[in-house]
Amino acid sequence: MSLVYILVFPGFLFLSISGMFVEYVDRKLYAKMQNRVGPPWFQPFADFVKLLAKENLVPGKGKKVMFRILPFFAISAIATSIMYIPVWGTKALFSFNGDIIVVLYLLSIPTLTFFLAGYASQSLFSLIGAVRTLTQFFAYEVPLFLAFLSAALLAGSWSISDISAFYNQHHWYWLFNIIGFGVSMIALLGKLEKVPFDIPEAETEIVGGTFTEYSGKLLAMFRLAIDIEVVVCAALVAAVFLPFGMDLHPALVFVLFIVKVLFIVALLSLLRTVFARLRIDQMVNFCWKYIAPLSFLQLIVNIIVQGIKI
Amino acid sequence: MEKIVIPIGPQHPALKEPESFRVILEGEKIVGVSLRLGYNHRGIEKACEERTYIQDLYLIERVCGICSHSHSTCFIQAVEEIAGVEVPKRALYLRTLVGELERIHSHLLWLGVAGHEIGFDTLFMYSWRDREIVMDILADLTGNRVNYGINAYGGVKRDVSKEHLQKILKAMDTLEERTKYYVKVATEEVTLINRLSGVGRLPKADVEALDAVGPVARASGVDRDVRRDDPYAAYGEVEFKVITVDNEDVYGRTLVRVGELMESYSIVRQVINNLPDGPIAVRVPRKIPVGEAFSRYEAPRGEDVHYVKSNGSDKPERVKLRAPTLANIKPMLKMLENYNLADLPIIIAAIDPCFSCTDRTISIKKLDTGGSEIMDWKSLRQYSIEWYRRKGIKF
Amino acid sequence: MKKTGRMIGQVLSSVFKKAATIRYPYTRDDAPKNYRVKIKFYPEKCIGCKLCMRDCPSNAIDITDLGEKHYQAEFRLDKCIYCSQCVLSCNKDALEATGDFELAQLDNKKLKIQFNAKSEDKLKEKT
Repeated sequence: MSLVYILVFPGFLFLSISGMFVEYVDRKLYAKMQNRVGPPWFQPFADFVKLLAKENLVPGKGKKVMFRILPFFAISAIATSIMYIPVWGTKALFSFNGDIIVVLYLLSIPTLTFFLAGYASQSLFSLIGAVRTLTQFFAYEVPLFLAFLSAALLAGSWSISDISAFYNQHHWYWLFNIIGFGVSMIALLGKLEKVPFDIPEAETEIVGGTFTEYSGKLLAMFRLAIDIEVVVCAALVAAVFLPFGMDLHPALVFVLFIVKVLFIVALLSLLRTVFARLRIDQMVNFCWKYIAPLSFLQLIVNIIVQGIKI
Repeated sequence: MEKIVIPIGPQHPALKEPESFRVILEGEKIVGVSLRLGYNHRGIEKACEERTYIQDLYLIERVCGICSHSHSTCFIQAVEEIAGVEVPKRALYLRTLVGELERIHSHLLWLGVAGHEIGFDTLFMYSWRDREIVMDILADLTGNRVNYGINAYGGVKRDVSKEHLQKILKAMDTLEERTKYYVKVATEEVTLINRLSGVGRLPKADVEALDAVGPVARASGVDRDVRRDDPYAAYGEVEFKVITVDNEDVYGRTLVRVGELMESYSIVRQVINNLPDGPIAVRVPRKIPVGEAFSRYEAPRGEDVHYVKSNGSDKPERVKLRAPTLANIKPMLKMLENYNLADLPIIIAAIDPCFSCTDRTISIKKLDTGGSEIMDWKSLRQYSIEWYRRKGIKF
Repeated sequence: MKKTGRMIGQVLSSVFKKAATIRYPYTRDDAPKNYRVKIKFYPEKCIGCKLCMRDCPSNAIDITDLGEKHYQAEFRLDKCIYCSQCVLSCNKDALEATGDFELAQLDNKKLKIQFNAKSEDKLKEKT
């Protein structure tokens, strides 16, 4: 039974399909906001199939084994973390106390694989992209973790399912997490490498960034990993910061889950459209000057609220 | 920290046309750039010598796609000066009209390209959507969207009707409103200001030492514009301001170009309202008398200079063009020093490079002997075949 | 005054407006009227002076004499640069620029267009 969970729902197959659907929604909204038509619904599937059919070129100077297995590490890390996120109710598939920390670290593995992919290619542009990925990681990691951990602090538990259940019971407590929601949205832009923080893969500066030398099946796996990452991170944000209507029938909760994920993706698309790309030093500056203090403020607010209410 | 050499170009997403920059980086900081030109050399100046003046007009027009009317008008002004022909006033006004419409479309194109280089694709899509309005007007006026072919010796080829003039005036109103919106976005959007200001500084002393032209010079406070200093076509009879700012960086160049857009709308309105009646062309003989002439034109990118020498037949003896980007390349290399790699695309885009205009004859020194030689077509072809055979490539 | 996300207003309202893209080739009525593309030849007006041949920048037009003051013009569409200098050079208005711009062909031979008159005053266009 758990094999069905891992491979089909909410495992790999569901994540792939919903990842591609979410990419379609993102690109269509982006195009509509720019007064264009945008791609048809099957475009991400078509891209995936086309990439699978192309030739796989491994650079001669690169580290060949690492080059080939890194995309699969990225996918498996992200697909594992969906097991701990509640999809059809307040209870996830497997939950234990402390799983929010595990999920956050599992979601950091893809960033490390991007860095290692750039290093394994050993080409000029990919090395620069790899260094930028890590620099950006140091900037957004602390605010992202603090935002999630302050929400966990208020709920009094380290398990995502318990956090969801807590906020479901005490309806208005999610208002205290508004700052955390804002901080996590901005840090999510950095994690998912979207404008204004798509510095590691800046097309006009370093051609392809970490993915310059990737082609064919491996590139298809990396792009699938990025798509799945969007869905999983949006699901995590929805479970922790937007816990509404979890008492209904599981099918309805699932539909509500899809709606919440699409809402977060729409918000990400909007932020993608209205900003220009920042430079890496400006980004680190911005995160440490404004976003990190906000997340500290959120932490202090939650500590006070927990002290007063209990 | 170790220095690495990054090849930007000839093919790179930041460059719209091929050019080879070897950038020496220390971390993310640029410490040196070396440049190689010549990828777009097509031998136009030599080809002009084997074709008649009438055929040359269309050849010179195709030097560049964006500033084609500039090259064509500059060339025609030089030839008409040698022939001693007086062009009727209506033709001069129509040439000015097309020239200003070309400036509008070129600056809107630049705005989009600058937005794309800094990752702001929304600005790119919006400004190119507005550029379509100008392209449609030009297609109705001249018959083509680029490479207009409106110039003929002694005047222009086509006349314009009154309904069309009304359409142009309405389009100017729409575009003026949208340009005011872009001015607001450019002066208030915080990510744009952060990317564009303080980047690519060129102090006023450097502009005068390195001879920058066009909006690059005007953004550093140097007040230089051929339309006012040496009026040609109908520019002596229209009123316009020359926009200069003191910012000296890429943000200043943005402000100069957007300001020039607003001035162009006003010039187009003046030209249309004061359009005189009369013939649109006079007859010019096919054989141009002996003489030489030098003509200047303010293209959207700067000062464009043509020199024509004729020897009495119907083919020119020597044609030389110097496009504005060639004058701006040295200042651009100076602008790149000590900035980040992330600033490189926008600094290159800030001079509005048109490398098709730039490449004329280049002389390559031999590295081992240091001399130079002139090759004709056959020996050049033989040399390249031998070179590839030595590398082991069979064909 | 610096604002973040200055373009939000227009961006959000664009979602509900019609797209600015013209879906060519499903809609074709947006092509401009005064395009000068394919050249049309009137053989009854031609006098065989061949000025158009001399002035063509790319040698795309060829006038042959069919005898009895009938002339035939052959255009190479792949050489023509659509500048319409021939229209200007002709003193008898025998050439006209039309707006027919869909000229792409898969077969090389279809890019030669001949205008001739087989019988008296009957224009026949054949490829």
